[in-house]
Amino acid sequence: MTSAARWEHFPHQADIGVRGLGATLAEAFEQAALALTAVITDLAIVEPKEMIQLTCMAPNTELLLVDWLNSLNFEMITRNMLFSRFEVHLEENRLTAQAWGEALEIARHRPAVEVKGATYTALKVAQQSDGGWFAQCVVDV
Amino acid sequence: MDLALFERKSEFEWRIKPFGRMHVPGVIFASETLMREMDAKVYEQVTNVAMLPGIVNASWAMPDAHWGYGFPIGGVAAFDADAGGVVSAGGVGFDISCGVRTLLTGLRIEDIDKVKVRLADALYHAIPAGMGSTGAIRLDDAEMDRMLRGGARWAVKRGFGTEADLERIEEGGCMHGADPLQVSDQAKKRQRDEMGTLGSGNHYLEIQQVTDVYAPQIAAAFGVKAGDIVISIHCGSRGLGHQIGTEFLKRMVMAAPGYGIELPDRELACAPIESPLGKEYLGAMRAAINCALANRQILTHLTRQVFSAVLPQARLSLLYDVSHNTCKVEEHKVDGRIKKLHVHRKGATRAFGPGHPDLPRELRDAGQPVLIGGSMGTSSYILAGTEQGMQLAFGSACHGAGRAMSRHQALHNWNGKNVVNELAGCGILIRSPSMRGVAEEAPGAYKDVREVVDAADHAGLARKVARVVPLICIKG
Repeated sequence: MTSAARWEHFPHQADIGVRGLGATLAEAFEQAALALTAVITDLAIVEPKEMIQLTCMAPNTELLLVDWLNSLNFEMITRNMLFSRFEVHLEENRLTAQAWGEALEIARHRPAVEVKGATYTALKVAQQSDGGWFAQCVVDV
Repeated sequence: MDLALFERKSEFEWRIKPFGRMHVPGVIFASETLMREMDAKVYEQVTNVAMLPGIVNASWAMPDAHWGYGFPIGGVAAFDADAGGVVSAGGVGFDISCGVRTLLTGLRIEDIDKVKVRLADALYHAIPAGMGSTGAIRLDDAEMDRMLRGGARWAVKRGFGTEADLERIEEGGCMHGADPLQVSDQAKKRQRDEMGTLGSGNHYLEIQQVTDVYAPQIAAAFGVKAGDIVISIHCGSRGLGHQIGTEFLKRMVMAAPGYGIELPDRELACAPIESPLGKEYLGAMRAAINCALANRQILTHLTRQVFSAVLPQARLSLLYDVSHNTCKVEEHKVDGRIKKLHVHRKGATRAFGPGHPDLPRELRDAGQPVLIGGSMGTSSYILAGTEQGMQLAFGSACHGAGRAMSRHQALHNWNGKNVVNELAGCGILIRSPSMRGVAEEAPGAYKDVREVVDAADHAGLARKVARVVPLICIKG
């Protein structure tokens, strides 16, 4: 793993893991969110047209990652939207973010699955030896 | 899995002696083949569950056990409130009361052949499936609460089925003790447009043909014979259950130290049954069970509408409706005495034996129908609860095939369109909004359900009654 911002999926027997990597913790959280959208559809076809704002709080950064992904999932489902661009700001254990996306169109986005929730399985947020961060957990689909 | 970790009690029972903080032994029911192939994480998760306060008899895993969240999928554990026992949001899981219901149709295979394509298209049109699909029913706040209290009973009152349906659902279609006040506004908001939707992932509606009958007497009591057409619906409590699971998992993780509970894994988040948080969760979880029962009831109604248009001679009646992810208060014999226990089944089916008072009269002599789903191209099975199963694991059995590989790997191995074409060549019509979803759910990505069912049967957990194969599959 390097500190260049990127995301990836990792295997879990029944579900799927999302992992974000970045130079900062906030960047790793943004990348993890991209990995979440990519569980559902191809990121390249989600236009960042509309912006929403969200906030979450948790007692530590790992629980905060799960909260962040669950808050996003809640917005996706209740607004019927998909998101493809994120800006995360972290202060202590409080996260504020902006997410850009568009309305879900089933015929165009062909969502593979809906996400039930982000879990505490394989949950890890940590700094690596090169100073970069990674943030990961398994999502239940 | 390393078999040296286990003491082999019988051909199908593998025991982990308590060590460290384990209060009870761990027990896995499986064949040697299944044991060798089983993920080593199951061992870790079975032993972790055995460390939870107030656990009774053993931490069990069914033959389809695989790596889950805290509990293994296929995990069963009962807790005694009087002994400081806990209720665990992780032990129930995200998709609360996800389950299977099977409908009898009175149709034979020859009735279906000519209208198969039309039936598949009509079902696909009528059953909302996949992410972003919405149901035709919108519930306002008051009606949402009535649904959460009433379950399938509420649905029947609203015209989605008959009184006779209710007798063939666990708890008579209505889980008592549901408390809509404990269900957050977010959970209700997530559910508002999702009543009567199938969901995605491994959820499905299948038209199936009975191919084999193994226990003719029980099959006759179930109303099932070779050549019959049946319908199976697999889905759960939708967004509402997922949101409740998410919220209580976090609350229980944060509250555990205050209750003096040292969690071996954060996913095992739990609270004492008698604590305020434990009670709040039970109230919310029971409301989610009702949501799942109502949802399957509405889907049944939609299916009946399709059949009345395409095959009006069909009479769709419930064989039974089982739930997989629950915590229920049940009476079981412990050291010769009847005790009230909170039984968690995570990816496991309740399988009450013959004579159990909770079974409908017509099924009481035969035992509870246990409905086991396979993958979309392969067999499913109907089993029956046994007296032996009541002793072995408090009346519990397996729930499905279990994945053999990750979605990641499945996407690498298969293309959705090819899977659909290949299955069509075998006479199985797949209808799904997502070809990627189909690839992720390819039959080859699942274990052979036959091996799992045979192990459950040989172990004595439940008795094999009939095998069914899919003809049409609506996939979320």
